[in-house]
Amino acid sequence: MRMVPFMKYRQVAAWSSVALLLGAVASLSIQSLNWGLDFTGGTLVEVSYPEPTNPEQIRLNLDNAGWNGHVVQYFGSDRDILVRMPPQKTLSDKDNARLGDSLFAALSASADGQIDLRRSEFVGPAVGEELANQGGLGLLAALAMVLLYVSFRFQLKFAVGAVIALFHDVLFTLGIFSLLRWEFDLTVLAALLAVIGYSLNDTIVVADRIRENFRQSRRGKSSDIIDGSLNQTLGRTMITSLTTLLVLFALLILGGELIRGFATALIIGVVVGTYSSIYVAANVLLRLNLSREDLIVPVKEGADLDGEP
Amino acid sequence: MLNRYPLWKNLLIVGVFVLGIIYAMPNFYPPDYAIQIQNEQGSAAVQDRELTVALSALTESGIQIKSSSLIDGNALIRLSSADDQLKAQPLIQRALHDLNANFVIALNSAPTTPQWLRELGAEPMKYGLDLRGGVHFLMEVDTASAVEDRLEGMEQDIKRAFRSGSERVRYAGTSILEGRVLQFQFAAEDVRSKARRQVEESYPQFVVTESDLPSGADGFALNLTMSDSAIREIEDFAVQQNLQTIRNRVNELGVAEPLVQRLGRQRIVVDLPGVQDTAEAKKILGKVATLEFRLEASPDASRASTLAQNYEGRAVRLERDLILRGERVFDAQVGFDPDSGLPQVNITLDSEGGELMHRSTRHNIGRRMAVVFIETKTRDRYEFQDGREIKISEPYVEERVISLATVQAALGVSFRITGLAGDEARELALLLRAGALAADMFIAEERTVGASLGQENIELGATSVLIGFSLVVLFMLAFYQWFGLAANLALIANLLLLVAVMSSLSATLTLPGIAGIVLTVGMAVDANVLIFSRIKEELRKGTAPQLAINAGFERAFVTILDANITTLLVAIILYSIGTGPVKGFAITLMIGILTSMFTAIMGTRSLINLAVGGRPIKRLAIGWSQS
Repeated sequence: MRMVPFMKYRQVAAWSSVALLLGAVASLSIQSLNWGLDFTGGTLVEVSYPEPTNPEQIRLNLDNAGWNGHVVQYFGSDRDILVRMPPQKTLSDKDNARLGDSLFAALSASADGQIDLRRSEFVGPAVGEELANQGGLGLLAALAMVLLYVSFRFQLKFAVGAVIALFHDVLFTLGIFSLLRWEFDLTVLAALLAVIGYSLNDTIVVADRIRENFRQSRRGKSSDIIDGSLNQTLGRTMITSLTTLLVLFALLILGGELIRGFATALIIGVVVGTYSSIYVAANVLLRLNLSREDLIVPVKEGADLDGEP
Repeated sequence: MLNRYPLWKNLLIVGVFVLGIIYAMPNFYPPDYAIQIQNEQGSAAVQDRELTVALSALTESGIQIKSSSLIDGNALIRLSSADDQLKAQPLIQRALHDLNANFVIALNSAPTTPQWLRELGAEPMKYGLDLRGGVHFLMEVDTASAVEDRLEGMEQDIKRAFRSGSERVRYAGTSILEGRVLQFQFAAEDVRSKARRQVEESYPQFVVTESDLPSGADGFALNLTMSDSAIREIEDFAVQQNLQTIRNRVNELGVAEPLVQRLGRQRIVVDLPGVQDTAEAKKILGKVATLEFRLEASPDASRASTLAQNYEGRAVRLERDLILRGERVFDAQVGFDPDSGLPQVNITLDSEGGELMHRSTRHNIGRRMAVVFIETKTRDRYEFQDGREIKISEPYVEERVISLATVQAALGVSFRITGLAGDEARELALLLRAGALAADMFIAEERTVGASLGQENIELGATSVLIGFSLVVLFMLAFYQWFGLAANLALIANLLLLVAVMSSLSATLTLPGIAGIVLTVGMAVDANVLIFSRIKEELRKGTAPQLAINAGFERAFVTILDANITTLLVAIILYSIGTGPVKGFAITLMIGILTSMFTAIMGTRSLINLAVGGRPIKRLAIGWSQS
């Protein structure tokens, strides 16, 4: 069977990863994320009109009725309209919570026919901030947990490789969301954590094989052993990514508007995660000079937690 | 070698699979459209008589009734269509209105799980609000003001003690600092020491410190700081009281399966499935009401010490001094006077309230005591500003005397108000309970999902699961042939088990939860892919088929375990930090990981063992040529 010399291209891969991540950081620091209602707080109303409608007209109607700061857009079809309002600083918390009702009333009043309230959401500013903090904390907790578990089950170098790979995947996905101004809401956050789970799955499978091969072979360069391991797991990596992508595309196309962000984030994450388990995690292992000694003499499995990094 | 599973393993797999079928089954029976009738007082039962009245009202209007039942004091009427359900609700409302009791008549969907399944404890999955439509509120209790209110109460109490104690203490003034420190000012240092002794003796909930007054003022200050545990207790009490009040108000709304739950230190989650009129729901939940108990002023009292009120159209004057507030009311229920058989309201106060009540009433037997209900409402008015008409909502306070009754004895913790008509008693009890709200509340988050969107979400979710599932099944079949078929059967078993576990844990299915199921389908085959790749590898090395199968399963196992445990860890974190939708996703992911390990490793192994493990074979149908 033909061997793919993955590690031959590791410099190229490393530099392009760095370049992409720098791009992601640049986009994130320049234009941040397009935070969804869950994090910014505010009011959102989704209504469905009996006939195809024009957001421009609805915007004008709302303007005339004395509203300001609203964003009107299509949502899924030309009959569904989403109206968003930022939190109103001039109103009390109590009145902010009533904004959705008055907004729907205003939309009903200016519509030709009977409109249907599909969804209305209000998130108080305090809650939004908390959700954002919790989300960030969750990502960090997940990474810390992985670091611990992998260094316990494998070795610290593997843990470092895995965490860098995960960090790479999350940052890259965030970068795409920032660059393309896609909305970042709670479901996308959930997807990011799922990406961590998925990409980790991949990385562990590869790491497991690398460990096995290091222990079995007495000779050979580290990069050759890693290449061999990557090739042995390549078939599985591809097939699993493929089946996962199959269901994710089903979700993206058929799952409806509410699940779109979630599916998109996961698709990006799965593709990047597959790449990172090959190039980022394995690359880090080589960079850290993973050698047979790191793996071959454990008194018992996992006893090398205190091994030198 | 041959690959065989011992009998017990095969039996275990079959057993788990059968259990899976049983507990997943209730989800395949479509629920009935139903009307649920319950008494507004949760404790009182709906009687046969009332059910009969409701049923005959429906039959008269030509609505077909599937069946009806009375369980745990709630009546359930099953109907054949959503249309009938909508028509039936007002009909029953009207018919029961004459029966002189308040009922909650709610639209519901009743599971049609057969009796034998129910006896096994099998229930269908619950749908989240995003799938069935409804409103979700996150209410925040203003505990800070509850603490301050309590401080003010303590201030009055201590002042009284200073004035009337055996040793009189003269204070120069009082103030409340930072919402949690009560400061007394004194002219002389020895007076302060005297005051300190008294406070430390009778008010252990305060940490007492001494300080000087801010520059420019002359005197000595005593600072009473509430201890953290005392503050915590007040907060807990305020949240609990609000929780109870919301429960009662939610009952007014007539919702079939409401969820009212405390969340964290000062929040309350309210989920109202099926409710569409959020404005109405908010109005009822957001009512802010307090109660005050006051004595009627004696005719010779000065104007300055009295308040003017109205009771049933007549002017009454009440004493300005308050006996107690509604937050001291623990409970109020309608009962019947054992002597006369007439309705009455039984009121229970907390212990402090009982003492206050006793102190005020023991010397005032024969005078009348009023209960004042104070409600904050809002009024909208329109005004032109900058040439545009804008809406201004103004809060205003509405006060009314809801009861004026003669004190017949010194009252304590529990007492009753008699001489009421049936409706009056019910109304009064409801208001007393409603007024027991201890602290102000506001909405921190609100999400409404319309019924049409909910239905659409279910359909979209089901389609994506189905299509995603079919794609994976086809792919596995094409790529791994007979082994793929085994993996597919395991995948079906996995879905079944996932649904069964979710149903028996009564986990709630949400849209992100469905996404979790889809993702599980995609990732669950990973274990099989790992195993099959290993088997192929072994075959390529020239290992004999049976040995290759064994080695493939054995060696892939550790990898699968490690990979799944780490994913499980991430899912647990997701669950613990997540709210609503994220939690739903995390739950399905966690359960999916566990069930897929079982089906993909043990299930597939058992199938393969049964199919090819028992006989010597030369070639395995594992998609050899493709690799």
